[in-house]
Amino acid sequence: MNEKNIKFVQGNEACVEAALYAGLNFFAGYPITPSTEIAETLSARLPQTGGKFVQMEDEIASMCAIIGASLTGNKVMTATSGPGFSLMQEALGYAVMAEIPCVIVNVQRGGPSTGNPTHVSQGDVNQARWGTHGDHAIIALTASNHQDVFSITVDAFNMAETYRTPVILLFDEVIGHMRERLIMPEKGEIPLVERLKTSVKRGVDYHPYLPREDGRLPMSDFGGVHRYNVTGLFHDMWGFPSSDPAIVHGLLRHLADKIMNNENSIARYKEYFLEDARTVLISYGSSARSALHVVKNRRARGESLGLLELQTLWPFPADIVREKCENAKCVIVVEMNMGQVLQQVKTAVDNPEKVFLANRIDGVLINPTDIRNIMRLIQGKGV
Amino acid sequence: MERIRMVFSGSGGQGVITAAIIIAEAAVLHENLVAVQSQSYGAEARGGATRSDVIISDTEINFPKVTYPNLLVCLTQEAYNTFSPIIRPGGFLITDTRYVKTHTKVAARQRELPMYQSVMDEIGKPIVFNICMLGAVIGMIEIVKPESIMKVIETRIPAGLIDINRKALELGIKLGEPFKG
Repeated sequence: MNEKNIKFVQGNEACVEAALYAGLNFFAGYPITPSTEIAETLSARLPQTGGKFVQMEDEIASMCAIIGASLTGNKVMTATSGPGFSLMQEALGYAVMAEIPCVIVNVQRGGPSTGNPTHVSQGDVNQARWGTHGDHAIIALTASNHQDVFSITVDAFNMAETYRTPVILLFDEVIGHMRERLIMPEKGEIPLVERLKTSVKRGVDYHPYLPREDGRLPMSDFGGVHRYNVTGLFHDMWGFPSSDPAIVHGLLRHLADKIMNNENSIARYKEYFLEDARTVLISYGSSARSALHVVKNRRARGESLGLLELQTLWPFPADIVREKCENAKCVIVVEMNMGQVLQQVKTAVDNPEKVFLANRIDGVLINPTDIRNIMRLIQGKGV
Repeated sequence: MERIRMVFSGSGGQGVITAAIIIAEAAVLHENLVAVQSQSYGAEARGGATRSDVIISDTEINFPKVTYPNLLVCLTQEAYNTFSPIIRPGGFLITDTRYVKTHTKVAARQRELPMYQSVMDEIGKPIVFNICMLGAVIGMIEIVKPESIMKVIETRIPAGLIDINRKALELGIKLGEPFKG
């Protein structure tokens, strides 16, 4: 590590550095607090590296633009916050259906609607999962510090290519705006997944939706040597619309299976003092920092407390949560919403009665005192 | 080292957040320390109450916000009225004599400094008010060296403005040093 590799940046800038490291070369977006610095920084950085930055008229257009750019062979990203994420949902579903690799950053602020623009929230967890209509699977990732924002962003680009899917980065206002140290990994230090391109030559029929034996679908840069169709309708291996029940069934199952069957390899998490923990805190994003503070503090006083920090929120790593909570007497989910991950944890564990919520929904980062007070209430000690 | 928790408060446009970023960046890039800077603010670009929290330490910082600061700077009356009760007993409470009339008795080292007036008398340009304030801070608590602050400033502003920033920093150090502790 030398001095030039150390940066003191916002989480939003760490995300930008990682996206460029992963090979981002097209960004389309519409600035919105608290994600604006992502667009702002990329408007300067992308042209320097030969990439394209486009400020669109709105978030619907932003999402559509990155879909088109991805099809032509680019690594693409857009960034927004709740209101913009709502507008993107229709095209996000199109990207799921047409299997377009892309990364969507949602730096969460208070909602619903325009909500609480400059304040923190984690209220979009379920929107990331089910914001767009129809059965589908999705990948959503998060992080609690800038080094992890970097690595999880690179992961997002890699997973988008591996599974040919939109990947959502669900950060929050505190992480996006907070500044701390980032050590820039050297080139090659984190492996990158590049676009899987078809070996079918010009003049030979290319079937955009004909899986290889391993289930992956090689792509051909749209507008290049092959002519093919892309649609949001159920489609056959040529990409043309079909309502043939066998094709509809097969495609929908494929869209779900390619992600759900890889739940454990998509799962990213960190654990602290879980080996003998009788009380397990589960958290993610900025609230995991407060939870870790409490865990370290209580460990120093001899209490058997541990933390499971989730970085993959969708597909929900239910197996890992069940396993890590197996021996816990009490599980407390620390989040800044009304219990969105809580519900998943309750479903995952063997004994849902032992799962409690420690939350805050007023736009203020949940602090260690809040968590300690709620723990005391749960333990019947009063605040 | 003892963990230092600081809150810089004032009005949007006074450079409160910039000052917080500069001191935290100086600690990380030039003093090999750990620092976290965060802020809370309204939707306005100017006006409105602004607050930025900085924690500087030599060990990992998890919770990034400051609940009870060791050092609190208030550059407007509103900021003083709002935040003076959160000062940690024994901490430094720095206010500017032009903008803030202190009224409460707090269990802190309350330092009323003529920062704005000195900047206007000696330099004549209010834009370096926040750098003078930073000087006062590092004059009182030796967290980072003045050279480290200058190294950061040099990367952030046009070359023509470096001299008045250095002057403002030195001015602030002079105002703060007598209260070193």
